[in-house]
Amino acid sequence: MNAVRPAFLALLLGTAAIAVPAQAETIEVTIDRLAYAPAEIEAKVGDEVEWINKDALVHTATVTGGAEVLLPAKKSGRLLLQEPGSFDYICRYHPNMRGHITVRP
Amino acid sequence: MTIRLTTAAAAIALLLGGNWALAGDKPTDPQIAHIAYTAGVIDVEAAKQAIATSKNKAVLEFAESMVRDHESVNEQALDLVKKLNVTPEDNDTSKALSQAAEAKRSELAKLTGADFDRAYVENEVAYHKQVNGALETLLIPSAQNAELKSLLETGLKLFQGHQQHAEHVATELK
Repeated sequence: MNAVRPAFLALLLGTAAIAVPAQAETIEVTIDRLAYAPAEIEAKVGDEVEWINKDALVHTATVTGGAEVLLPAKKSGRLLLQEPGSFDYICRYHPNMRGHITVRP
Repeated sequence: MTIRLTTAAAAIALLLGGNWALAGDKPTDPQIAHIAYTAGVIDVEAAKQAIATSKNKAVLEFAESMVRDHESVNEQALDLVKKLNVTPEDNDTSKALSQAAEAKRSELAKLTGADFDRAYVENEVAYHKQVNGALETLLIPSAQNAELKSLLETGLKLFQGHQQHAEHVATELK
């Protein structure tokens, strides 16, 4: 019995690991003095990006031809990554602010 | 258009190479603070004129962001001069900038519709370009206080962003 239990547990845990996809993560990007840091991030589908705006200015994270997250002064905003790909984004109000997200499947 | 842009350009030419260069000295921190603050106030005024006149969505959005950003930076500038116990000092460059802005405002007041939109946005491109030039070549290098210099450097990055935003809107209006 004692020998069986660990094997049974291992089987259970092993099954669970296969059934539940890897935990979704939140990737933080800080905005300070008109710059995204880090400017380049890698993520996977299902992850979220959280932009933390430390400036006393309104910014956005605007994906070219796609989603836009409004980031009020001293506030943060999130985006759920729903599709894989390679995305450039800018601040619509300050287009010299540039960032990049690589989303793996 | 060339004529319309001349007044602002002349004022900033004065700022860049005029009296300071001739005098052979650099603006002091209290003068720099005054020039930077004045440049911000001018752009807020111009934006308020655009908000009252324009019906174009892109122009209105740009103007609203100018009011928001320049008011925010000027608030930070006022906090800083207070903290540093510096009294901004009026000077010929600030006066010339204000005079040029007043002339521009009167010119723009005669325009409506798409003519106003184009003239306003083109002036915003030119104005930010000139102010950025002044920041880079004169105001930032002349600033003595590290915190003032740092605020000016952030200001430069911000105004470069405004210039690109204005250029983008100008392309949309064509």
